[in-house]
Order: sequence, then structure tokens, then C-alpha cells
Amino acid sequence: MIKKGDWVQVETVVLSPEKRTANIPDDTKHVPLKMWVKGRLQNESAELGDEVSVITRTNRLVSGTLCAVNPSYSHSFGDFIPELQQVDDMVKSIVFGGEKDEG
Amino acid sequence: MRDRSYNAVMARKNEIMKAAIGLDYGSFESGSIAFDYEGMMAATGYTLETVQDIQREFGIGNSPLIELKNITALARSIAPKNKGARIFVKDEAANLSGSFKVRRAATSVYHAKRMGYKGVVTATSGNYGAAVAACAAKAGLKCIVVQECFDSRGIGQPEIIEKARKCEALGAEVVQLTVGPELFYVFLLLLEDTGYFNASLYTPFAIAGIETLGAEIARQFDEQVGRAPDVVVCTNAGGGNLTGTARGLKKAGCKASVIAASVNLKGLHMASDTQFNLKSFTTGHTGFGMPFSTFPDRSDVPKSAARPLRYMDDYVTVNQGEVFFITEALAVLEGMEKGPAGNTSLAAAFSLAQDMNEDECIVVQETEYTGAGKHINAQLSFARNNGIDIRFGDPSEEVAGKSIILPRHPSLICARHADMEHLRASLIHNALKLIDGEPTAEDIKFLAEETKTDIEFVKEHLK
Repeated sequence: MIKKGDWVQVETVVLSPEKRTANIPDDTKHVPLKMWVKGRLQNESAELGDEVSVITRTNRLVSGTLCAVNPSYSHSFGDFIPELQQVDDMVKSIVFGGEKDEG
Repeated sequence: MRDRSYNAVMARKNEIMKAAIGLDYGSFESGSIAFDYEGMMAATGYTLETVQDIQREFGIGNSPLIELKNITALARSIAPKNKGARIFVKDEAANLSGSFKVRRAATSVYHAKRMGYKGVVTATSGNYGAAVAACAAKAGLKCIVVQECFDSRGIGQPEIIEKARKCEALGAEVVQLTVGPELFYVFLLLLEDTGYFNASLYTPFAIAGIETLGAEIARQFDEQVGRAPDVVVCTNAGGGNLTGTARGLKKAGCKASVIAASVNLKGLHMASDTQFNLKSFTTGHTGFGMPFSTFPDRSDVPKSAARPLRYMDDYVTVNQGEVFFITEALAVLEGMEKGPAGNTSLAAAFSLAQDMNEDECIVVQETEYTGAGKHINAQLSFARNNGIDIRFGDPSEEVAGKSIILPRHPSLICARHADMEHLRASLIHNALKLIDGEPTAEDIKFLAEETKTDIEFVKEHLK
């Protein structure tokens, strides 16, 4: 159960597909314009998927579908990209000379 | 309660803007194409010296000017004999919030505070969000940043996710949206609901903030190099970076050529939901650079203060693979680990320097911070997971949204010159669409200024 005052994220449909502006590509026109906002839950209790209200960091009251509790970040530096090491070797050997053969 | 429907809110945008900027744009307009650009810039009341004082209070400016001797050596190794200009970079990542954008934010936030606004709202998916958040934090103002962040599957561009994190870390509220230009509608509603200041990237306050960057380049060159730079390269998207820098150079008496550089994203539609996450650059690209250069007033204010074709001597594009390559080279040859978007102009300068004499100087006027999400490794990894073909080869064969081609040798990095006459003619044609009748003599003079040409050029392209 998610309690009043918990830090949550809500999702709202701002414009359904039929209300979207004319000047956009078809793939965008076929999907709604959605918005995500974070804030403190105002309902006494709620579950994920419930329609709720939150108070945001600038004290705005926003309603939406509860989609996350204690939302956090998990973006990273990604997977190893071997090509970048090859770039390193290439530019260093041009500027500073290649590896000397000690034999 | 006022009508909150899309059409109703868009219909009252001028009224909302007037309240949110406190500037009556109508007083600079002629009723036709021409408007009093310099009058609008002067109306801020902030001189270059005042802006420098404001920025000093915020702890902004005087970023290091660094000569990239090893990058220069790399360029000279492939340049013709006696060619290969000295390459310098202005390390703007050293600023509060990690980019030059904070110069724009400082004047806006200072002005908002002085005018009694309780907070600021800005619409940006770029470094400008963190810049406004940082200044608002220091000024004790509330701050909302509106981002285009996710595609319809809810997958966010890692670079933009990182910028959201940084805004929140600096105390701002972040409103995140899926792809689409109707972001502007949400932005207008937020301005109306909160009564906050519109800290737009395109007000005279914001552009005046960048003039200090140009002035610093001129002063630091004089002090450190003992001469003026020959070329200044600006990464170009909305045009403010180039406009402000060029104005600042001019105010400092520096006659360097000003060259715009953008990442070539030809073929990708900026408002496409399915193409949103196929690009590895969320700014500094042609998807913004070209349309904003040829029609500056497409921005979020009635009259944009960013008018790059007034100041641009040339416009070059580079490909994504070339910018990634030079970003990696900057890290391992100069010890400077920076975000890729800010290095767009470095990739261009690397190529342009090879056409210049050894005793000439070319300046890259910005760097940006890097970190999780907005690191080349993060961006290349995200691209590879989205099916983009990443390989070594000839970058001129790169197809945006399909491949990222890292040059198999640095000699393949090539700044490709855009057709300036075509761009200037496009600006004139776009301006003509705004009026029903014939342009006035005042319009023609204005369009000559807008395109850095003369009355004959404008008349030729009115036909």
C-alpha cells in the first residue's frame, strides 16, 4: 500500500491521438501526448494504477495515474564499446608514435 | 475558469507570453516583416558590463581558454605542408551546471527575480534546464523544466534522462513529455497556472548572457596568445550560441570569422515518435540548426533574439561518428573528458584547421559536462542496442538513424560546407510568407541585415 506523503510519479494523457496537432508525422499522430510528473501523494492510500493527486516540488496539485513509488534513476555509461579503444590507439600512435619493438 | 483546451490556450499565447516575459514585443514590430532588433536587444537595459557583473555574482564565466596542442598535432599530421591552424577550446564545462548555457540562464533568472516573479519555467531537453535550475537555486526562485524526453513506449533518451536528474539534483521540478511540438501547449499552461517567468532560450536577456563568452574569447586571446583568433566555431542548434558569441566578439572589437557547426541528422524527423531514439545527439544538430537559422521566430517567444544568419560567415556539418571520434581523441590526447554535443564544433574545427595556415588560430567556443547517459560510451551503447550499425569506415557514408561510422583514419573527418546562399534565400522566402502584400523598403533593408548580405541580394531573391 502506498501512503499519503509518499514520493511518487504520475502519468497523464495530455492529448489523445485525435486531439493532436495536424503538423506532425503520422507515427506521432497515432499515439497520445503523455506527461510524467513527480510529487507527494495526496490520497490517504493508493495502489499502482489508481487515479491520484500529488503535490509537486513547486507546490502544484497534479492528478494522474500512479505509475511509480520512490522513482529513481538508473541511466548508466552503457556497455563496453571496443571501438573507442581502437580510436585511442590510432590517435596516440599518430601523435606520439607507435609501440617500440624492444627486440 | 479559462478554457484549457489546446486551441484556446494556443490562441492566447501572446497574452501569456507578455505576462511571462514582461516585454512588449509589439513595440518593436513594424506591422510587416521588419522589426527593431537592436532596439529589442537594448530594451533589456543590461550592458555587457552589467551582464558580466551579474554572472560574476552567480560564479559564472572566465572559463579557461586551452590550446589543444595534441589535437593540433593530429590535424597537422594529415594537413598539407605549412597548414594546420592552432586549435583552442573554451572550456565552458567548467561553468556552474557544466555548460555555457548558464550564461543565458543567469541574466534571465536575475531579471525574473528583479521583476518580482516567484519562479521560472523553461522548455528544454538540453543543458539549459540544469543551467536555469542552478541559477534559480542560487536566487531562491522556484523552477520548472519541461522536457521532451520519452517515446510512446516510455523509453527515454539517456542524455535527456541525465539532464532531468541534474535538474532535480539542483532543486527543480521536471515535467517530462513524449515526443511532439505540443510541448509548447503544456509550457503555456504552466506559465499561466504558476505566473512564473518564461526563462526562454530566445529572449534578449538570454542572448545578452552569451555576449560575455565572445568578449572573453577576445580578451583571453589578447592576454594568452598575444593576437586575435582568426576563426571561432560555434555549435549551432537554436542559434543563440552563435548569435550571442558573435555579438560579444564584435563588442570586444574582434573581427574573427564566425562559423556554425551542426551534426548532420538529415532524414530524421524531429517530431517523429519512432525516430526519436534513433539519434545520438539531442541538440547541436541540423534538425534544429537549419530551420532555426532560416526561420528564427519558430521559437517559444514572439520575436527571437537568436538570429544566427546575421552573424554567420559559414555553416558546416559533421556526422555523428566524426563527433564521437573527436570526443574520444579529446579525452586521450588532451585529458579532457567532455560531453559529445559540445564537441560538434571541435570536429568541425579539426577539419577546418587543415585548410588554414599554421600561424592562424581557430577557437572552439564551448565544451559541456559529461556523465552517465550523456557520455559517448552511453550514447554509442544506446545506439547499438537500438539496432544502429556502428563501425569504422568512411563517415561520409553514414546514414542518420541507421549507422554511425567512426572514421577509420582522422583524415576522413570532414566539415561539409552548407550552401549559404540557399540558407539566406530560405530565410527571405520564409519571411515573405508572413505578409500578404509586397515587402516594404524597410523590410528589404531588414532582410539584408538578417542575411548578412545587401539590398541587391535581397531584391534578387524576392523574384
